[in-house]
Amino acid sequence: MTKQEALFKYTLRLGDNALILSQRLSEWCSNAPFIEEDLALTNFALDMIGRSQALLKYAGELEGLNRTEDMLAYRRSERQYYNNLLVEQPNGDFAVTMVRQLFISVFEKYYYTEMQKSSDEMLAAIAAKTLKEVKYHLAHAEDWVIRLGDGTGESHYRTQKAIDDLWMFSGELFEMDEVDSKLIAEGIAIDLDKIRPLWKAYIANVFNNGALQIPQDGYMQTGSRQGIHTEYLGHLLSEMQYLQRAYPDAQW
Amino acid sequence: MDSIQDKLSKDEALLAKFEEKVQAGESVEPRDWMPEAYRKHLVRQMSQHAHSEVIGMQPEGNWVTRAPSLRAKQILLAKIQDEGGHGLYLYSAAETLGISRKEMIEQLHTGKAKYSNIFNYPSLTWADIGAIGWLVDGAAIVNQVSLQRTSYAPYSRAMVRICKEESFHQRQGYEIMAQMMKGTAEQREMAQDAMNRWWWPSLMMFGPHDTDSPHSADAFRWKIKRHTNDELRQKFIDKTVQQAEVIGLTVPDPDLKWNEQKGCYDYGEINWDEFNRVIRGDGPCNKQRLEHHIRVHTEGAWVREAAEAYKNKNEQQSINLN
Repeated sequence: MTKQEALFKYTLRLGDNALILSQRLSEWCSNAPFIEEDLALTNFALDMIGRSQALLKYAGELEGLNRTEDMLAYRRSERQYYNNLLVEQPNGDFAVTMVRQLFISVFEKYYYTEMQKSSDEMLAAIAAKTLKEVKYHLAHAEDWVIRLGDGTGESHYRTQKAIDDLWMFSGELFEMDEVDSKLIAEGIAIDLDKIRPLWKAYIANVFNNGALQIPQDGYMQTGSRQGIHTEYLGHLLSEMQYLQRAYPDAQW
Repeated sequence: MDSIQDKLSKDEALLAKFEEKVQAGESVEPRDWMPEAYRKHLVRQMSQHAHSEVIGMQPEGNWVTRAPSLRAKQILLAKIQDEGGHGLYLYSAAETLGISRKEMIEQLHTGKAKYSNIFNYPSLTWADIGAIGWLVDGAAIVNQVSLQRTSYAPYSRAMVRICKEESFHQRQGYEIMAQMMKGTAEQREMAQDAMNRWWWPSLMMFGPHDTDSPHSADAFRWKIKRHTNDELRQKFIDKTVQQAEVIGLTVPDPDLKWNEQKGCYDYGEINWDEFNRVIRGDGPCNKQRLEHHIRVHTEGAWVREAAEAYKNKNEQQSINLN
């Protein structure tokens, strides 16, 4: 694997994470518990569409096959996607969405802080912009998880259940393979082992403030680095890609 | 007895002063005295306007997850977000009249408050997103531009702000239609089909003919309304027909003809039976839209309760600490 190939895969992975989570968040449109929250979730979705555009465009350039960001988003199949399993999990109730967002935003806060120092200028620039957005996402998710955890009996129960259900997807955030090691050596990628303890400490603190329990570490689900996903991704893609697939010659 | 008489003559004096002020073109602020009927008329109109913005998120939201490109998805989401923001802004403006958002939502759910009839039609294909932006927002703008000078100041201020964003939406909707009309045969067919389905309901958005408009007299006297339904409808038709022609869309009205003498288009008879049927609740999506709103509101109750409980707990704690 050349450095260029590794960088393509690495960038694609980041782009896929933003794209798939934006798709999930956009499903909340006209479905949130009240209108302010509808706007907030839509806003996050918009941030992430923007980020995925920048990353997939860059990935297309790195690949050198003239694939645009839209071709990468709309013409790849399930097994060619490399987002983490966590982002494709269904929205569930509001607690599930907020816990999922907390896990991801805490990760992204540390991740993109480091990425700003990447020797790859494009990724560093995208990271700087992303970090500003992630701070809002994190503050929002953190506030909600605490409020729900320490709100009513029902909200506590739902939030703890969301944590317990999603925990098994959290390990994958920190998985690394040869793509990572190659790019870490180049000063491009981030050593996720360094982020893991920071992530866990931050999460533990939030849970503590929300009277929530951190689950025992059990088996962690894995697969996305090889393009192996949960069943949910296929449905998400068939909905998202419908028009591009049904009318392959059309420009929109 | 005397005191009641005093009060009556005092109210009459206030009313006379109010009408004089409105006639002089001055605007009414929330703290000013206003007749109860004026307040009621505005609560009805503004809450209906706010609900329309919010319910309108549903037919457009129907295509968010299926938008055909990243850019298209971004534009659509941002548009829907604007509509939600308009809803919020209008709820707040209506609250200055002494009704809470909670009450307004209850009235929506019981059917006492209405929303724009147009959203009882389904958004069936991607071209509908173009048609809604171009025609529905286009019709809404004509109405809202006129409302910028409405007598109630918070409503007028809301309209000024909202109009700026709506004209963006209209251009974006038109762009979708234009792009599709330049595209494949299937895309052109989709665009024309959307035009066929949305044209007449868009004309109905302006309400009944002036001769049949139930709420008009007071609204004009109090300068809540400044142009008649038919005047606004004509304005919309005249500007939209040309836009359709430019991109090769056919307006689905065989009676549509330029009237040289009047300097505007003559158009065919609107199907008022359909209009009344949809208002009565028998449109294709009346039940779906309202039930969606009720369901989401009910399902979200535990979240709102949790936020409230958390707030109360923490206020209690800070009181104890003090």
